[in-house]
Amino acid sequence: MNLDFSDDQKYLQDEARKFFDKEGGLSNARHVMDNSQDADQELWNKIISLGWTAIRIPEGYNGLGLGHLELCVIAEELGRSLAPVPFSSSVYFFTEALIKYANEEIKKDFLPKLVTGEITGTYGIAESSESTLQVTVTKEKLNGCKIAVPDAGIATHMIVCARSKEGTDLMLVDLSDPSVSIHKQKNIDTSRAFFKVEFNDTPSQLIGKTNEGWNYIQHLLDQAAVLFAFEQVGGSQAALDMAKGYSLERFAFGRQIGSYQAIKHKLADMYIAVTLAKSNCYYGAWALSSESSELSLAAATARVSATKAFQLCSKENIQTHGGNGFTWEYDCHLFYKRSKVLSVLLGSEATWKEKLVKNLEKTNTLVKE
Amino acid sequence: MDFNDTPEQAKFRIKCREWLEGNAELKENLAGSHTEKSLEEHLKVSKEWQKKKYDAGWAMLHWPKAFGGLEASPIERIIWGQEEAKFNVPGGIFEIGLGMCGPVMMQYATEEQKNRYLSPMAEGQEIWCQLFSEPAAGSDVAGLRSKAEKDGDDWIINGQKVWTSGAHYSDFGILVVRHDPGLAKHKGLTFFFVDMKSKGITVKPIKQITGQAGSGSGFNEVYFDNVRIPDSQRLGEIGDGWKVAITTLMNERLAVGDARGSDIEEALILSKSRDFEGQALIKNDAVREKLADWFCEANGLKYTKFRTISALSKGEAPGPEASITKIVSANKLQAIGNFGIDSGEMAGMLLDENEGVTSFQGAWLGAPGLRIAGGTDEILRNVIAERVLGLPQDPRADKGIAFKDIPTKV
Repeated sequence: MNLDFSDDQKYLQDEARKFFDKEGGLSNARHVMDNSQDADQELWNKIISLGWTAIRIPEGYNGLGLGHLELCVIAEELGRSLAPVPFSSSVYFFTEALIKYANEEIKKDFLPKLVTGEITGTYGIAESSESTLQVTVTKEKLNGCKIAVPDAGIATHMIVCARSKEGTDLMLVDLSDPSVSIHKQKNIDTSRAFFKVEFNDTPSQLIGKTNEGWNYIQHLLDQAAVLFAFEQVGGSQAALDMAKGYSLERFAFGRQIGSYQAIKHKLADMYIAVTLAKSNCYYGAWALSSESSELSLAAATARVSATKAFQLCSKENIQTHGGNGFTWEYDCHLFYKRSKVLSVLLGSEATWKEKLVKNLEKTNTLVKE
Repeated sequence: MDFNDTPEQAKFRIKCREWLEGNAELKENLAGSHTEKSLEEHLKVSKEWQKKKYDAGWAMLHWPKAFGGLEASPIERIIWGQEEAKFNVPGGIFEIGLGMCGPVMMQYATEEQKNRYLSPMAEGQEIWCQLFSEPAAGSDVAGLRSKAEKDGDDWIINGQKVWTSGAHYSDFGILVVRHDPGLAKHKGLTFFFVDMKSKGITVKPIKQITGQAGSGSGFNEVYFDNVRIPDSQRLGEIGDGWKVAITTLMNERLAVGDARGSDIEEALILSKSRDFEGQALIKNDAVREKLADWFCEANGLKYTKFRTISALSKGEAPGPEASITKIVSANKLQAIGNFGIDSGEMAGMLLDENEGVTSFQGAWLGAPGLRIAGGTDEILRNVIAERVLGLPQDPRADKGIAFKDIPTKV
């Protein structure tokens, strides 16, 4: 039994944590928020030079050729520090889509540039309409509008989920094309930027096979759900640590508020939620890295569990801080806002619970050993 | 990251498996043939099985070799436990003796006493129990009031213990009592072992909310009426009772794990098979939401355990993650039991064989006890907050004053 990361992976995580601390920790997210920036370009450049965007890219394309477990440990630290960078959009989604489904020509062109940072990618799934996809593709020309696209202000390229004659296709778009218009949309968490992206006869390239787009998206979402769950666990732990720190410092009625059972039990419940989420994430990490057929169930379980943990920890962190927690000055709101954005970014808790139960319906998975 | 044994662990597992196959029957070969045994029969087969294990060297895996143990590593104990659990063998009688009483005797008893008591305990010929909790001392067990008064070379014990598992069939017990109520709470305690057949001991089974009593419940009240214990049966110094008890309780905390009973699988099977409003119950949105939540909890606990085992497997000390197990599993058991009963509508409340008595009713009735035994939900949250997160203890109203002066009522 070895449900744990290797020493090398733990070392990488340790280095990542030190890096984010040295770079200013939460102050980067606050800076982006206060200055209405799209992302922290300087932090992103440093991440690229550390080679983290190259982790999953095979060595033949100048990448590091490492596995998903290395991404999991980085994700946890991105979540802990609320790093305001397009890492998830470019690495969990765009890069994975190309590695998995793109043809050789596209891979040769794009993957080395994702390593150097010449290219940063993102993805567009959501639209205003809740029923069928309104973004269409005909003869590789895109038309329509995607909303809530993360990082489109800093990204150079984008994967678009579009309706074709046959079904759903994944299309690759150069965002610098004059036919693309990009408008920033206000959102709850301004340490991250989201955009409306409109296509007007925009040229695009098919990724993988036509009509397979929906299956591709489902798999990419499952993979990303595990990685986002690690971010959520990192954020949960940081919010719990912050609440704990404050409960030791703050006195009321002549004693530390952390000595009151009302606070202790609240923090114990946060610890329980984080621990369950983390263990479910390990299960997700195993399924992701071993390409298990259980990935869909494991991803949904990690996702639901981590979403619940981060929402609980971030809201109860504010509560533990009392009035201070409601000020702009204290960092509590950074976690609260990020937890909400992460909880809907890939689909809401209800959406993923439904996925989880659909998996339980069709399998006879037993939890008992 | 994988779920495989190391080569040494695989070898050990095969060794366990081979011996078990030669000496017991796999559960899967006996499906459906389970019969309830009387207490006498259960004790008899339990003792026989323990003796068999003892003779082959499997009885006390974690004990030192000097006392007939294997000095097995924690991961080897887990492997043995996993394999033994697949076989139809009796259990539940010797755990307190081997897990708590044996280790405390090894640490504090005289050589002569170790020679006299440890082998019969390990062989399963003598059964031990633990006498700590009292009617007025549950979560605050150090507030116990049973008295020990010195009389020559003996001590005279008076008082009452409660929730003593197996007292009605035990030969010996370990006991904490108060020798001096004039000292502060934790200072006035002293630890003994006692012959359960001593004059003045009365054991009364507790009737639980499940309606079970006696051999069914396994829990007892134990009354001490001028019971005489020789001073030679004292474990530790006079006044060291709390220190000795803490060592023992640490072992209990490790022993109390999952709440067994109806879990997500049973809830799933039920939801798929039962109809509700013209379709399978699992199609109901409220049910789907609950199933998702329980699966996240059950799966989270399973992989929490795997993380602990992984650390042990590498010879590392596990993290504090296992501290969440009982709170989560006991509450989940209660919720799933409740769900199972509700899903039967009016029939759900009937304990009538013809209406199909379900495991959910037992789970629902038993779960309140599991939320209390071995540390209440509230005490365990304090433990997580204080020992894991490092928060300060509550200020105590009983600190620094003589036990007899501690307030007990308004």
